[in-house]
Amino acid sequence: MLDIRNLQVKADDKEILKGIDLHVNAGEVHAIMGPNGSGKSTLARALSGHPEYVVTGGQILFEGKDLLEMDPDTRAREGVFMAFQYPVEIAGVNNAYFLKAALNAKRKHHGQTELDAMEFMQLVNEKSALLDIDKSMLSRAVNEGFSGGEKKRNEIFQMALLEPKLAVLDETDSGLDIDALKLVADGVNAMRSPERAFVVVTHYQRLLNYIVPDFVHVLSGGRIVKSGGKELAHELEAKGYSWIDAA
Amino acid sequence: MTQVAEKTSSFLTALERRPQGGPRWLEDLRSRGAAKFTALGIPTVRDEEWRFTNAAPLAAIEFAPAEPISGAAERLNGFAYTDAPLRLVVVNGRFDTTLSRTKGLPSGIHAGSLATALKENPDVVQRYFGQLADFTTRSFTALNTAFVQDGAFVHVPEGAIFEEPIHVIFVSGADASTTMSHPRTLIVAGAGAQARIIESYIGAAGATYFTNAVSEVFVGDNAGVDHYKVQQESLDAFHIGSLHVHTSRSSRFSSHSFALGGKWVRNDATALLDGEGGDCTLNGLYLADRERLIDNHTTIDHAKPHNGSHEVYKGILGGTSRAVFNGKIIVRQDAQKTDAKQTNRALLLSDEASINTKPQLEIFADDVKCTHGAAIGQLDDEAIFYLRARGLTYADARDMLIHAFAAQVLDGVQVEPLRVALEITLFDQLAKDLAEVDGAAASGARKS
Repeated sequence: MLDIRNLQVKADDKEILKGIDLHVNAGEVHAIMGPNGSGKSTLARALSGHPEYVVTGGQILFEGKDLLEMDPDTRAREGVFMAFQYPVEIAGVNNAYFLKAALNAKRKHHGQTELDAMEFMQLVNEKSALLDIDKSMLSRAVNEGFSGGEKKRNEIFQMALLEPKLAVLDETDSGLDIDALKLVADGVNAMRSPERAFVVVTHYQRLLNYIVPDFVHVLSGGRIVKSGGKELAHELEAKGYSWIDAA
Repeated sequence: MTQVAEKTSSFLTALERRPQGGPRWLEDLRSRGAAKFTALGIPTVRDEEWRFTNAAPLAAIEFAPAEPISGAAERLNGFAYTDAPLRLVVVNGRFDTTLSRTKGLPSGIHAGSLATALKENPDVVQRYFGQLADFTTRSFTALNTAFVQDGAFVHVPEGAIFEEPIHVIFVSGADASTTMSHPRTLIVAGAGAQARIIESYIGAAGATYFTNAVSEVFVGDNAGVDHYKVQQESLDAFHIGSLHVHTSRSSRFSSHSFALGGKWVRNDATALLDGEGGDCTLNGLYLADRERLIDNHTTIDHAKPHNGSHEVYKGILGGTSRAVFNGKIIVRQDAQKTDAKQTNRALLLSDEASINTKPQLEIFADDVKCTHGAAIGQLDDEAIFYLRARGLTYADARDMLIHAFAAQVLDGVQVEPLRVALEITLFDQLAKDLAEVDGAAASGARKS
């Protein structure tokens, strides 16, 4: 599904990723771990097409298509979703209105009919029941005045509605207490399927107790320095990142 | 002095042909207005109140006093909420009985021609007229006063609650020559009364003319007035409008000003909060493109204690347009427990658009809360990226953010059909402006 080859990325004129290779198949969950400044979030943002992250070399193929040739919005409509580390507050834009526009943009892109207000609300009811999400969030402005936990749950809710093929979670666990973390993890687990892949970027092993990955990759100095199964995360938890750097 | 005389010569010529007649006090008032305008002349940028707005383009044109025009009915078409069930239509400064609709008015509530009111309600008119629209330092108010003849008069007497909006529509323009008119509005709400009044200023697209309007609003004890100004003049027109408001004990006043048209526009809104425990809202939304200029000067004068005032002015500027916002808040020594909040925001859609903005707080009381904030800028790139990351195109994301920006002022409009009409007008106009921005960006991209 996702094929990253020798990816090099600059931000602020500084070389951050120095050649990443990563292969993700449908149905898999890959965790990207690493110390601060290792380039974890840069990888997530480069996947989403953030304009401040400039790809200077390498290739990203998504379902065989050149992802780097696509605008951020085309990537989203093609089925790439990024849950933001810091979801943006957008005053005056109603959450439901925004989500309906986003969903219909995607449906149109895939030649499906757009949902009307009734059909949309039906889908919202379905998804909010599935994720145990309070619908009152929908009548508020996008993320405005949301607590940290609410913002992250809103991200997961958007993911559930948009049903991406590939979901990239950029430190979704940062700043969450254990209850909020569990809710987010439950949401992700409810969406796991053989057709969908996840790339979970996290600093802490804690999240991976709830979202159990198939593969763990450790990023350091802009490169993947170690890959393994879920037990690698436990090893990191026990020994810390310095163990990797020393190795 | 010779320079002033030269610049104002066409106005001075017009003054010789100013309207005559009416009661003695009005004759006197006109004469004083004429004398004051002659002495003041047209303000220059050396005048602090006109520092960023050059009136030279206005002075350069010879405007003849507007004559009555016929066939004005179709001139109402295409403007916001002109199909209001209750409407007063004033064409080139003269009340038009045929186009006005006043049938639904309950007895006791007066809404109609100012000239008629001078005859039929002389006491009310004389008591209030000209009491607020001070022209000792304001040239254009003096000019308007010199030309007082007709306009709109609304009187909602003590205790009358009238929720049906009264739409006053000022139609300007002529078929050939460049003309000017000086419409006048007097609104009086007695103690405990309630009223909603819309003032619209419209003119045929492409017509060059000058509208110089003055409105006075008196809000009695415990009375409430919602006031709307919808300015949709021709994009080649000059518009100067001043709104003067006087509030009393526990009265509520709200104003929403929408400046959508005009080539060169100056609005002055002044509220004197002259009773305890009242509440005043002054909101505005303006849209400028091309080389247009929109200047909003507001003054909220807290003269008595325990008044709240809320002010939000927002502008969306494209092309090489310019805007000026000057928000003055005065808190007099007596006005303890004042709670005043002012917000001024402008969105610049092009690199060549600009705004001069100035909050002006003059506080003489010590137990008050006054806040002000100004934010000028482009759209938030992070917000645009967030929306795009969910699948919205750049254009859709941008439009969504611009609509949200305008909604804060639009949502304050309590008259549903007016709000809907304004939304449609505003967003249509924005779509055109943005198409131009996109066109320019595309041709720029081709060049590079």
